[in-house]
Amino acid sequence: MIQLFLRDIGLSVRSGGGFGLALIFFLIVVTLIPFALGPDQAALAVIAPGVLWLGALLACLLSLDRIFGLDFEDGTLDLLATSPLPLESVYMAKASAHWLTTGLPLSLAAPVLGVLLNLDYETGKILCLSLLLGTPALSLIGAFGASLTLGVKRGGLLLSLLVLPLYVPSLIFGAQAVRLAEQALDYDVALVLLSAISLGAAAILPFASGAALRINLR
Amino acid sequence: MLHVSNLSVARGGMTLLSGVDFALNAGQILVLRGANGLGKTSLLRCIAGLQNPVEGQITAPETVAYSGHADGLKGQMTVLENLAFWALIYRGPSPNVALDAYDLHRLADRAAANLSAGQKRRLGLARMQVSGCGLWVMDEPTVSLDAHNVALFRAALNQHVQNGGAAVITTHIDLELASAQLLDLTRFKARGPAGSSAFAEALE
Repeated sequence: MIQLFLRDIGLSVRSGGGFGLALIFFLIVVTLIPFALGPDQAALAVIAPGVLWLGALLACLLSLDRIFGLDFEDGTLDLLATSPLPLESVYMAKASAHWLTTGLPLSLAAPVLGVLLNLDYETGKILCLSLLLGTPALSLIGAFGASLTLGVKRGGLLLSLLVLPLYVPSLIFGAQAVRLAEQALDYDVALVLLSAISLGAAAILPFASGAALRINLR
Repeated sequence: MLHVSNLSVARGGMTLLSGVDFALNAGQILVLRGANGLGKTSLLRCIAGLQNPVEGQITAPETVAYSGHADGLKGQMTVLENLAFWALIYRGPSPNVALDAYDLHRLADRAAANLSAGQKRRLGLARMQVSGCGLWVMDEPTVSLDAHNVALFRAALNQHVQNGGAAVITTHIDLELASAQLLDLTRFKARGPAGSSAFAEALE
C-alpha cells in the first residue's frame, strides 16, 4: 500500500499535470477575484474566506478523474485488483496520494494568497488549519466518485455532478470557521465538524469505493 | 491447483461459454484455443477473479498472476522501477531474475514509454515472474513478440512449471510446448437464447 502511495506521488510529480495544475488553477482564481471586484478592501475581506475555500475546492476537482482513470486505461487497475493488495487499500493509497499532491499544497498556499484578499495573518493561520482538516474529505469523497464513474467515457462531467453536493458540508464548515475567526468569534465547533467529515469519509468510503471498483472492473 | 466445474461465463449480458470443465495440477500448462469472440478473455477474467461467473465453480489459489491485453506499465517509470513496484506489491522475488529471463538488463534504465511494443510485452511478461504466484493466467502472451522472444517466454514458462507452478494460456500460435495440454473451447460455446439472435429475429 505504501509502495502504491509512493508510486502515485512519484508519477504525479514526474508527469507534472496532477501536481501543478490544481495549484496554478487556485492561484489564477484567487488573483483574478480582486481585479474583478475592484479595490474595496473591506469588501474583499468579507468574501475572502468563501473565495479561498471555493477556489481550493474547485482546484481539487480538476485532477479527480486521473486518480483511477490513468490506471484503468493502461490496465494497471486490473493487475492491482488481482494482486494481494485489497482494493480498499488501493483506494486509500490513491486518495492519500491525491491529498498530498493537491490538498496539502493548496492548504499551504492559501494563507499566502489570502494576503491578496486582505486576509490578516491570524485568520490566515485558521484558514490553513481549516483546509488541512477539510481537504482530506475532498480527496476521499473525490476518489470515491472517481471509482463510481470508472469506465464511463468522458465521465468528468458526471463525476463533478456526483461529487459537488457531497463537498457542500465541508465547504460550509470550512468557510464558516475562517469567517468566525475573522470576526474574532469562537470557531472550534466548525473545525471539529470539518474534521468529523474527513474522519467519517476515511472510515466509510474505502469499503464503498472498493465495492464500486469491483463492479466497474467486471 | 485450479479446478473449474460447470462454468458459464458472460460478457455484456450474453452468455458465451457454458458447461466448461477442466482441472489443472501443479506442473501443468493448459492452452485454451478458440475463435475470436468465443469468450476466452472472459473465462480468464473469471479465473483471475476480475469477473463473476454466471454459473459454476472455480477453485483457484487466493492470488494468481494475471496478464491481460494491456501490460499495466507506467511510461514515466523505468523498466526496473516498473518491475520493482510489482515485486513489492506481490512481495515477490527480486526483479533481477525477471530481467535475466527476458533479456531486459540492457533496457533496465530506459523509461517504459520509449520501449517498442515487443519490449513492452516482454516487460509485462517479466512482471509474472516477480509476482511469485503459483498460477499464471495469461491472455495471448505472445502478441507482438518475435520468434526469439517467444523462445525466451517458452523457457520462462517451462522453468515456472518445473518449479511447481502452473499456467493457463490463451494463444492463437503454436507455442511448441511439450508439456502443454490443449483445450478447444468451441465445444463449450453457449447455445440457446442469446441476445444477438433475438435481435436478429426482431429485424426479420
